Amino acid sequence: MNLHEYQARDLFRKAGIKMPEGDVATTPSEAEAVARTLGGKVVVKAQVHAGGRGKAGGVKLAATPSEAAGHAEKILGMVIKDLVVGKVLIVPAAEITSEAYVGMILDRESQRPVLMVSASGGVDIEEVAATSPEKISRLAIDPRYGLLPHQAMALGFALYEDVGQVRAAAKIMTQLYGVFMDNGATLTEINPLVTTPTGEVLALDAKITLDDNILERRPDLATLRDETAEAPSEVEARRAGLTFIKLEGNVGCVVNGAGLAMATMDLVKYYGGEPANFLDIGGSSNPDKVVTALRIITRDPSVKAILFNIFGGITRTDDVANGIVGALEQFKVEVPIVIRLTGTNEQEAIRILEDVGMTALNGMDEAVEQVVARAKEAA
Amino acid sequence: MSILVDAQTRLVVQGITGRDGSFHTAQMLEYGTVVCAGVTPGKGGQRFADRVPIFNTMADAVAQTQANTAVIYVPPAFAAGAIAEAADAGVGLVVCITEGIPTVDLLRILPFVRERGARLLGPNCPGLISPGSAKVGIIPGNICLPGRVGVVSRSGTLTYEVVNHLTREGVGQSTCVGIGGDPIIGTNFIDCLAAFQADDATDAIVMIGEIGGTDEQQAAEFVASHVTKPVIGFIAGQTAPKGRRMGHAGAIISGSSGTAAEKMASFEANGISVMERPVDVVSLVRERLGETPRHSTADQASQRTS
Repeated sequence: MNLHEYQARDLFRKAGIKMPEGDVATTPSEAEAVARTLGGKVVVKAQVHAGGRGKAGGVKLAATPSEAAGHAEKILGMVIKDLVVGKVLIVPAAEITSEAYVGMILDRESQRPVLMVSASGGVDIEEVAATSPEKISRLAIDPRYGLLPHQAMALGFALYEDVGQVRAAAKIMTQLYGVFMDNGATLTEINPLVTTPTGEVLALDAKITLDDNILERRPDLATLRDETAEAPSEVEARRAGLTFIKLEGNVGCVVNGAGLAMATMDLVKYYGGEPANFLDIGGSSNPDKVVTALRIITRDPSVKAILFNIFGGITRTDDVANGIVGALEQFKVEVPIVIRLTGTNEQEAIRILEDVGMTALNGMDEAVEQVVARAKEAA
Repeated sequence: MSILVDAQTRLVVQGITGRDGSFHTAQMLEYGTVVCAGVTPGKGGQRFADRVPIFNTMADAVAQTQANTAVIYVPPAFAAGAIAEAADAGVGLVVCITEGIPTVDLLRILPFVRERGARLLGPNCPGLISPGSAKVGIIPGNICLPGRVGVVSRSGTLTYEVVNHLTREGVGQSTCVGIGGDPIIGTNFIDCLAAFQADDATDAIVMIGEIGGTDEQQAAEFVASHVTKPVIGFIAGQTAPKGRRMGHAGAIISGSSGTAAEKMASFEANGISVMERPVDVVSLVRERLGETPRHSTADQASQRTS
């Protein structure tokens, strides 16, 4: 789960990371009030889960509180990469003498959190990594001991010459590691970490991605989820315990298991169709999940045919069949449904479907070919 | 023979009295796995299905039953603790089925597990099965067939799909291993490839990967340098969009890396035959076993494919 900058700032500041003052606003008048409190020039920043905010016009400098209000007026409601901006962050415009990058990511290869720092900050770090990887210093941290003082200092010296600034940066790195481990993050990032004309080291931006698996344990973090930043169908699916991702095609897919769901989408494409979604009903045997899945998919007008691909293991195929029959009793499905099921209790499942005049196929290829053909007929 | 589990496996089930634990323990017993103990704190002294003794702690279970393998069905909040307890009790293999364990828990626990000399499989995995001798986890036993093809996969039901194709065509398996879909896992492709390479009862290896990370690329390089047996590969997620987590926590294309195209190209460049569809597994395995294996005689090869 991605946090907004203002939410990440709160967690950073709680951990003691030095950041400029600032506050969030949802209306132009609130923005004006925040700018007045801060005094001087401010920056108005769109709070949205999309990169390239600046290029899209979502970050503006304001010399006065009324100018801040004017910028907020334009930015609030702006659409950046399909997402509507509902909040702006107002922070003082800092004078900057240098920009560095400090980030912590979960590294699959070393199976450790890895701290990455670069004196070339303020730009897309992936680009730096691609074009001049030598400008990035990395350190895999052993979670048994944490980030040791000398390690942080060594990375500080990779950024600055002044020992005061090195110490300040080392402290921020240690705090950033703390935020990562204490909140179950998969990414904590400051870009840029700046120095000011007075020599201060400050974090000007804040980015945190949380591990979704931590949210059950941490309701305080779970409340930070911004459901307005997600497609409503994806929110509904998550609440029902499904994983749903909307795609561009017209073949709706309901599958058990993430790997099989991806392979099903790929096979739809292989046979000349386009998947309308990724949908994993998971390993449970709850017919209600199937009802919700079908409701979400049928609501999408671009869906011309629906495929069920169920390989019963923990999932009982008769439960899925009951879910399909139950859903059809509750609401009308206008598009053709092709069902493939095999595995646990498949004889029972086939009987349940045949009782209502439906049939089930046994093979995945056969089912996918059929659903692609049905979608083409209907399109 | 087989890898990781066999007829010598003596299994202890952590969370044996829970909903998932009890259901799958019954399945494992039915398959013939030696389930010698269960652990549920507070239920020590009871028995599961009138036969499997339940203990309060892993230390007691291992001391009294000489269990050498553990399987975990406890809820995510307690799973990392259960992994550590199993490793501390001295079992060699710990299989964690539980899905939804916070990654930071694993980061903290993995070094401990390795210090104790244990191997973790998973978490968030279907476990493994050596058809005909032992099933540890949740892979349905009826879709497997004893034989000489090793299967290793990041997925659950997709593995069943592929294994089912093999079995229907009479191509049996030595061991099928699900390594799990999380970004941090205890056993990776390379560990399994090395084990299959060393296993006399395995002639070919099927590797099922997916988008996200670079494990498949590293595995492909390992195949080129260390594996003489034929390897057939599949990558799920060719149609997956960038930046979206496709169900599995580890299945996400970040930036330009982790795409299916990149992984398939890496497979091909390193001598791994790539399946376009799961159904292609049978013809590719047969085709590759038809060649003269670099480690074996042509005579044996022809016997296998007959």
